[in-house]
Amino acid sequence: MNTPAWLEPLMFYLFAGVALLSALGIVLCGNIVRSALCLLGTLGGVAGLYFLMFANLLAVIQLIVYAGGTLVLIIFGVMLTSKSPWVRFAARRGEIVASCAVVAALFVSLCKILTDVDWSAGATGSAQVVPVRDIGAVLLQDYLVPFEAASVLLLAVLIGAAYLARPQPAERTSAP
Amino acid sequence: MPYAVPFMMLGAVLFGIGLVGFLTRRNLIIMFLCTEVMFQGVLLNLIAMGLRHGNLQGQGFGLFVLVVAAVEAGLGLAIVVLLYRRRGTLDAESWRTMRG
Repeated sequence: MNTPAWLEPLMFYLFAGVALLSALGIVLCGNIVRSALCLLGTLGGVAGLYFLMFANLLAVIQLIVYAGGTLVLIIFGVMLTSKSPWVRFAARRGEIVASCAVVAALFVSLCKILTDVDWSAGATGSAQVVPVRDIGAVLLQDYLVPFEAASVLLLAVLIGAAYLARPQPAERTSAP
Repeated sequence: MPYAVPFMMLGAVLFGIGLVGFLTRRNLIIMFLCTEVMFQGVLLNLIAMGLRHGNLQGQGFGLFVLVVAAVEAGLGLAIVVLLYRRRGTLDAESWRTMRG
């Protein structure tokens, strides 16, 4: 299939803009529910970028697991905990300035590393969509032990989250 | 400039935004959302590196990071709900018992 050459940069800037603006929205928004919804924009934008990087399976999994599962979980958490969605706990101005300075230093050094590295060394040329079968083969051959460990981890977290969220002893005795 | 580098720059920007939010906001759920944004930045880096090397290890590792992120979301929210039950507020400043 032939796609015009301008389409790919356009899609990159579109998805990147959506992801960045939503991320800024999470940090700056005063309303918790709106922040949680802004996370949807970030997840969707990043999933679009995965499509641009030929990682179709990961993009779909990101949309299903993150945007479908985790986001609903977070919104449930917001509903369980918020008295008023507008409550805002202010940080001190010095803390804001200090953290912005630290992050700016980190970002400048990361960008310097990225621009200074000689990217031509050891690069492989053709990027193309990988069949899902290959990813499955990698998971079940090369990464079999981490794959099984992930299932044990999920079971442990299932039990742990149910244990943490159980009714407290005081609530239990007060119940009829 | 090779194809993967703009994605890595974007990953760095996303990580920076998440870190600023994590350090400056005091609401436990917003801090939690900011960790998710940082996760996205790191995942972008992993996939971009896998793309640059032309192998599947980046995507495989990215899948495991997704699993761990989902696990972290479940446990983290359970802990946030627990903390809210104890103090009745989401303010992270209310948990300062260990401050000298």
